[in-house]
Amino acid sequence: MSAPPSPDDGLSPAELAAKYGLAVSGARPGLFEYVRQLWGRRHFILAFSQAKLTAQYSQAKLGQLWQVATPLLNAAVYFLIFGLILQADRGMGIKVYIPFLVTGVFVFTFTQSSVMAGVRAISGNLGLVRALHFPRASLPISFSLQQLQQLLFSMIVLFCVTIGFGSYPSLKWLAIVPILALQFLFNMGLAMIMARLGSKTPDLAQLMPFVMRTWMYASGVMFSIPLMLKGRDLPVWVTDVLQWNPAAIYMDLMRWALIDGYEWDVNMPPYAWAVAVAWAVLVAVGGFVYFWKAEERYGRG
Amino acid sequence: MAVAEQRADTHIPTVIADELHIVYRVNGAKTGKGSATSALSRIVKRGEERGVRKVHAVRGVSFVAYRGEAIGLIGSNGSGKSTLLRAIAGLLPAEKGKVYTDGQPSLLGVNAALMNDLTGERNVILGGLAMGMSREQIKSRYQEIVDFSGINEKGDFITLPMRTYSSGMAARLRFSIAAAKDHDVLMIDEALATGDRKFQKRSEARIRELRKHAGTVFLVSHNNKSIRDTCDRVLWLERGELRMDGPTEEVLKEYEKFTGK
Repeated sequence: MSAPPSPDDGLSPAELAAKYGLAVSGARPGLFEYVRQLWGRRHFILAFSQAKLTAQYSQAKLGQLWQVATPLLNAAVYFLIFGLILQADRGMGIKVYIPFLVTGVFVFTFTQSSVMAGVRAISGNLGLVRALHFPRASLPISFSLQQLQQLLFSMIVLFCVTIGFGSYPSLKWLAIVPILALQFLFNMGLAMIMARLGSKTPDLAQLMPFVMRTWMYASGVMFSIPLMLKGRDLPVWVTDVLQWNPAAIYMDLMRWALIDGYEWDVNMPPYAWAVAVAWAVLVAVGGFVYFWKAEERYGRG
Repeated sequence: MAVAEQRADTHIPTVIADELHIVYRVNGAKTGKGSATSALSRIVKRGEERGVRKVHAVRGVSFVAYRGEAIGLIGSNGSGKSTLLRAIAGLLPAEKGKVYTDGQPSLLGVNAALMNDLTGERNVILGGLAMGMSREQIKSRYQEIVDFSGINEKGDFITLPMRTYSSGMAARLRFSIAAAKDHDVLMIDEALATGDRKFQKRSEARIRELRKHAGTVFLVSHNNKSIRDTCDRVLWLERGELRMDGPTEEVLKEYEKFTGK
């Protein structure tokens, strides 16, 4: 080894780096720079989510038909059990209860699968994270987008179910768009929080199904919270708080928009829209910042 | 650090590694009873985790790479070559020490972004997007990528799912996608070993071309001949430590003595 005579000789590595304007490799960019990078990767995010969606059913003979068939079968099972066998209506009448139930299941599944995909977004794609450069938030966002596209297929089935039980399209149905947008924001934020937690503790993937099931039962997927608590000796705010739970609020808004017999004054908690917006903004912004804070650490195995 | 060559005109550093340490953490690799409780304590307790094995893959490596250099990385299997490349690319966070780079170094490899269930066509687009190319760039390079891979030489295979490809075909497509982009600092990890003889020739030519555009090239290889052909400086890693750093011939001679060739 022969050291060349150079004016740089006495410099420490850090000084040398500063002199030639070298930056620390893999350093976390600022928040606004990060958003800009993420926006630059929007095509990748979209393409990745669509690729995942397509790959899901590519081995099946019926192929992409399963994207509609899966929710359809789901709805059929609920109709069979609750509609035909149990004939349950939980005080709502069967015409309201079946669409109520199916809406609840689909809307909750949207959040549930986003959370589950979020947990594995980093830990399940370590190969990708360790091979290529991109803002890591692309992954949880892409997975949430995949779930959104899956939900849009489910919505087709949901429309058929509601119409089949006598709730016809009206102006109220336009509210579906903002409701889905808010829920998507909420899910995306949650997926980013779960992605960071899951990258540090992959065990969460085993734990989350139980957490999600508890959340599902507490959110009134199969029963109406106000009807369930009516007549019990509970303060009014207990019902409100239970209904302000993000999963419950998005389900209830969707039911109100879709189902004719699901009246606002009876079923909705106060400030329903405000709470829905608040959850979406809070979790989306909070989740994004929380995820970004650990940006340079993803990929450490 | 000492530098092998004297090039007054191009004496501009592009990559500086400063006492770099990389540690992998492997969950659940500790054998024995009580793995459930140790898992629990892992969640409850922060800090020094139990039940987690640490693999110290790179131990205090320092060097400076300059513009225009082609640097070979050699060493036996598991000596930390690939890990070092990933750390330079900023893909693996450093445990201690720092890597400074000029621009964004990129690793030649998109394997992880590709999906076996998708057609070759869609994988070209997906891989290009994953590498940060724009849709227009991919569109203009698309035919070039497909032709280079030679996938369509034996019929229209590009519209079939990648899982139907032979391992050689898949490797060729992967390399073609990866090599479609120009890079500032380029790192190549054993890429020359893929495909048949004809394709190897073609990819060697492509790498030389990439080298012309790139500021600095790093090449990991177990093939001393391809190191001799392409590199003018060699870093020899052994057990995560930098054992030798110098001109290709000098280091390779020592290395060949060491491996008993």
